[in-house]
Amino acid sequence: MKKLLFLLLALPTAVWAAGASVPLDRAPVNPHNQESLQRGASVFVNYCLSCHAAGYMRYNRMQDFGLSEALIKENLLFAADKPGETMQVSMRAKDAKEWFGVAPPDLSVITRSRGADWVYTYLRGFYRDNSRPMGWNNKVFDNVGMPHVLHDLQGQMVPVYRVEKSADGVEHKMLDRLELARPGSMTLAEYDALVGDLVNYLAWMGEPAKSQRMHIGVAVLLFLGLFYVVAFYLKKEYWKDVH
Amino acid sequence: MEKLLNWVDERFPLTASYKAHLSEYFAPKNFNFWYFFGSLALLVLVIQIVSGIFLTMHYKPDAALAFASVEYIMRDVDYGWLVRYIHSTGASMFFVVVYLHMFRGLIYGSYRQPRELIWIFGVIIYLVLMAEAFMGYLLPWGQMSYWGAQVIINLFAAVPVIGEDLSIWIRGDYVVGDATLNRFFALHVIALPLVLLGLVVAHLVALHEVGSNNPDGVEIKKLKDEHGKPLDGIPFHPYYTVKDILGVVVFLMVFAAIVFFAPEMGGYFLEYNNFIPADPLKTPEHIAPVWYFTPYYAILRAVPPILGSQFPGVALMGVAVLIFFLLPWLDKSPVKSIRYRGPKFKIALTLFVIAFIGLGILGILPATELYTWISRVLSVVYFAFFLLMPWYTRNDSVKPVPERVTK
Repeated sequence: MKKLLFLLLALPTAVWAAGASVPLDRAPVNPHNQESLQRGASVFVNYCLSCHAAGYMRYNRMQDFGLSEALIKENLLFAADKPGETMQVSMRAKDAKEWFGVAPPDLSVITRSRGADWVYTYLRGFYRDNSRPMGWNNKVFDNVGMPHVLHDLQGQMVPVYRVEKSADGVEHKMLDRLELARPGSMTLAEYDALVGDLVNYLAWMGEPAKSQRMHIGVAVLLFLGLFYVVAFYLKKEYWKDVH
Repeated sequence: MEKLLNWVDERFPLTASYKAHLSEYFAPKNFNFWYFFGSLALLVLVIQIVSGIFLTMHYKPDAALAFASVEYIMRDVDYGWLVRYIHSTGASMFFVVVYLHMFRGLIYGSYRQPRELIWIFGVIIYLVLMAEAFMGYLLPWGQMSYWGAQVIINLFAAVPVIGEDLSIWIRGDYVVGDATLNRFFALHVIALPLVLLGLVVAHLVALHEVGSNNPDGVEIKKLKDEHGKPLDGIPFHPYYTVKDILGVVVFLMVFAAIVFFAPEMGGYFLEYNNFIPADPLKTPEHIAPVWYFTPYYAILRAVPPILGSQFPGVALMGVAVLIFFLLPWLDKSPVKSIRYRGPKFKIALTLFVIAFIGLGILGILPATELYTWISRVLSVVYFAFFLLMPWYTRNDSVKPVPERVTK
């Protein structure tokens, strides 16, 4: 019985872990950290939003993490006229498909689907690969069409391989780790922090109501807790004459 | 006030209905934990209908707009996220509650004579609920919605001779598309809820006609006092209304904890792949139905194709659900409740629960050879529970059933 219970509890994590072959790094996601969200939003608007839309996300929603509408209008509104508009790109999907092999996906909810850890590892997982049309490859998304947009900041990483023998004795070249070959304008730690903020923003954008949801949830549970006490004594009062 | 009530009563059986179903409906006084789930199922039904009505006000049943309209609800509609999470959590919790309610029926023999019709209505409710959930799952138009529907509808194509035409007829197209989405919407919001409500009324009317069973499986109507009131019965209202409020509050705590703190439930209530819009050209690596269908999905995959046809698996999956109908006639035990049954039934029931949960887990996992074999064994156990029931219930050593209910 205990074993069965253990199996039941362990399964949910096991199911999803089975999909990923590269170990994922933990993303520093915190929807309550407003400064991180503001920094992440700025990175998103400056670097991502030229190719990727976030078609369900309105600019003025960024007021949720402390930006004023005037500030949004002045600093973050490159591709739209009004803060109430959604984050669209001017690049046509048809052109994009021709240039990158695939149209860049909408990023509104992508982090909800992939998971913040995946995106965090992905954005730090680009390496030089001259066999690819853009000259870049990625350790979690093999042969990805996207080039390393942030390489000015991170610098250029090169892969280090190790040789592994599989059960049938065939040798396989496996990606072991990435090494910095040419530094960028940031140190690797600074770059990790920047991507951390960006992923925090992306995760937030997947569900802007998340922090409101948790706040309300606490109140709802407290109310139900009180309600339980009342309901408990009400029941006890009525049932005292049932034998 | 009394005059008004009299005026109504002369034209409509208001007081009479109130008495018959609440204040003078006598329920056994020994209901335990398992008896909360009937009223909870009714609660979830109401939650689903009300939250569903608000979702329909903003949702667009159009293949080009559906996904975006759900995100619109999640972001731009005031408290739309709350309504949507309530509805998605409600769908899964409906099955949690219904499965526990059915299990109650199994352990206390609530399906036995004279309650066969209550059980049959209940199984039909379960079937309609499955259809309702399946069609609702297509509406967000995410990858899992789309491919889940594609796989399930394709099952009908396995029916010999008419299969192909049947599946096209269901889809309204050669692939799942706008026509499918539109008709599923119509069925999900109008047709099936209407049927469901009618069945729930029938389920309750039949229950109140014969009276509730109880954990001892004794008929409380056999022993009555001088006023014709069962000795072991208490009026449903106020006793069980106040008791059920307690159950409702605890249930709502679990419900709220999921809605507010884990609406995806680790990808089981809202699947991660469903946050990607449906793409007919990109098949996901791993397609699994939502958790409440997985026991049957595992049975389907456990059956190898015969003569290149998947039909045997499909048929067996159907039989696995329909076999519940036969339960009142398969059970030959002289007693109803597990409290007075012998070891054979207890072992059989335990194995059945293990098989059901095991199949549910295997239905989520990819079908490797080992898992397929385990699924086969568990499928045999699943069916053996029903098919061998006449034998093991007749030969079981039972304990004497008391005259009156116990604590």
